[in-house]
Amino acid sequence: MATVHDIDTGQRAPALEARNVSVFYGEKEAVRDVSLVVPANKVVALIGPSGCGKSTLLRCFNRMNDLVPSARVEGRVDFRGKNLYDADVDPVEVRRRIGMVFQKPNPFPKSIYENTAFGPRINGFKGDLDTLVEGSLRQAALWDEVNDRLGDSAYALSGGQQQRLCIARTLAVKPEIILMDEPASALDPIATQRIEELIYELKKDYTIIIVTHNMQQAARISDYTAFLYMGELIEYGPTETIFTNPREERTEAYVTGRFG
Amino acid sequence: MSDQTSTMGGMSVPRDRRRKLLGRLFAVLCGAATAVGVVALVVLLGDLALDGLPRLSVDFLNSFASRFPEKAGVKAALAGSVWILGLTAVISFPLSVAAAIYLEEYAPRNWVTRLIQLNIANLAGVPSIVYGILGLALFVRALGLDRSVLSGALTLSLLILPVIIMASQEAIRAVPRSIREAAYGLGATRWQVVRTQVLPMAMPGILTGTILALSRAVGETAPLIMVGAVGFIAFTPKSVGDPFTVLPLQIYNWISRPQAEFHEIAAAGILVLLALLLTMNAAAILLRNRFQARS
Repeated sequence: MATVHDIDTGQRAPALEARNVSVFYGEKEAVRDVSLVVPANKVVALIGPSGCGKSTLLRCFNRMNDLVPSARVEGRVDFRGKNLYDADVDPVEVRRRIGMVFQKPNPFPKSIYENTAFGPRINGFKGDLDTLVEGSLRQAALWDEVNDRLGDSAYALSGGQQQRLCIARTLAVKPEIILMDEPASALDPIATQRIEELIYELKKDYTIIIVTHNMQQAARISDYTAFLYMGELIEYGPTETIFTNPREERTEAYVTGRFG
Repeated sequence: MSDQTSTMGGMSVPRDRRRKLLGRLFAVLCGAATAVGVVALVVLLGDLALDGLPRLSVDFLNSFASRFPEKAGVKAALAGSVWILGLTAVISFPLSVAAAIYLEEYAPRNWVTRLIQLNIANLAGVPSIVYGILGLALFVRALGLDRSVLSGALTLSLLILPVIIMASQEAIRAVPRSIREAAYGLGATRWQVVRTQVLPMAMPGILTGTILALSRAVGETAPLIMVGAVGFIAFTPKSVGDPFTVLPLQIYNWISRPQAEFHEIAAAGILVLLALLLTMNAAAILLRNRFQARS
């Protein structure tokens, strides 16, 4: 699809590039032949109605679909000059370098500290864990709220705090790309705003791909927007263009709220 | 309140009354069903205590079986039961948990796995005497382990393996998918996900299942008769290769004698068996609470 080339990545190599990606659940094709380029240090939003394949596509980018027995991925996803689906690529390594934040906050049933330290620990981190935990919690704008009770259970936090803890937990393993699957959909408006501010801050250091069904959110926080419909990428381009001057009829219908 | 009833009007009142009556009737029925179990248990325990408590003493715990009821004790049977129980736990727990982990986390979802699953469910329903026959043929004869504590424990392990496996699978399945995904998403390997998240969260359920299964094992008689537990023994096992007897067998032995005195010490023996069971359950609850507190 021609839209791939609309994205100007400038001098820098793209952070991620999907080429002709299709995903099947058994016989059902959930994503069909999607190609898109994700520029580094930008926020890319995937929008579309429920069941359009946006979450499935997101899960291709860190091989999370491997965990679904019936799922099959075709095409390639290039990351640092390497196809993530090559036979010699270790999905565990992929998931460490491409982190993920989920729709519902899912902290481990452990303390705040242990939640943040979990990733570094399992990845054999050698160094000052306390500093890393503090740094990650600060980056996730949670440190000031929890620094006097790091030993408390993560379940004692509010939903918004839990989600920021999950972001801190992801940051602690120092990923290069962060995938977010509707990270604010289970949160109230104030907590949502804090997550959005956080995403804006994180953009300086990370490339972020975010799935959202909230179009205002996509318009507020993303640099590029991809509109998916029935498993196909309908249109992809700078967020402003998608929302103000889309080329496709269906995109316009969706972003103006006529369906979905 | 009176305000409300008046605004509701007369029409709904009769139906309302009938609905509430039905609700109350159901609660009473459920309560009665519970009472049947409780009353039966209280009567049983009371009867046992009346017969057995006077015979219960340190001497009773410290004496071997005897043909004189006043001298007889449960030392050999108690020691045998503890040996069998401990060894059965040591054998069956790691085997079952490993099998449950394999089936839930590693096994491909195909017909072979489904067949194994079906077999495990069926094995849980096989009468215990059949396991005894298997134990006799396999452990006592073919492997030459003889009529030993080890043969008995292995046989009982086979008996309770399916039960613990299924309980463990249930507990592992109850660990939310979101927790697994969170761990995988941070670059955890399958083994790390299992060890750091799945097992700790499933452990209380696994322990509960194990204890229930062991409680069943400690009361088993038939399979142990098959593998050669003896009714009269005048020493305690010193190793896993020694012959043994167990409490239920000793109790059965006493009950089947004509003298009333033996029936009294049988009641005392049952009290000892109950105490052993309660101790086990208490230990399990403590262990489970420790796991829950940690997570």
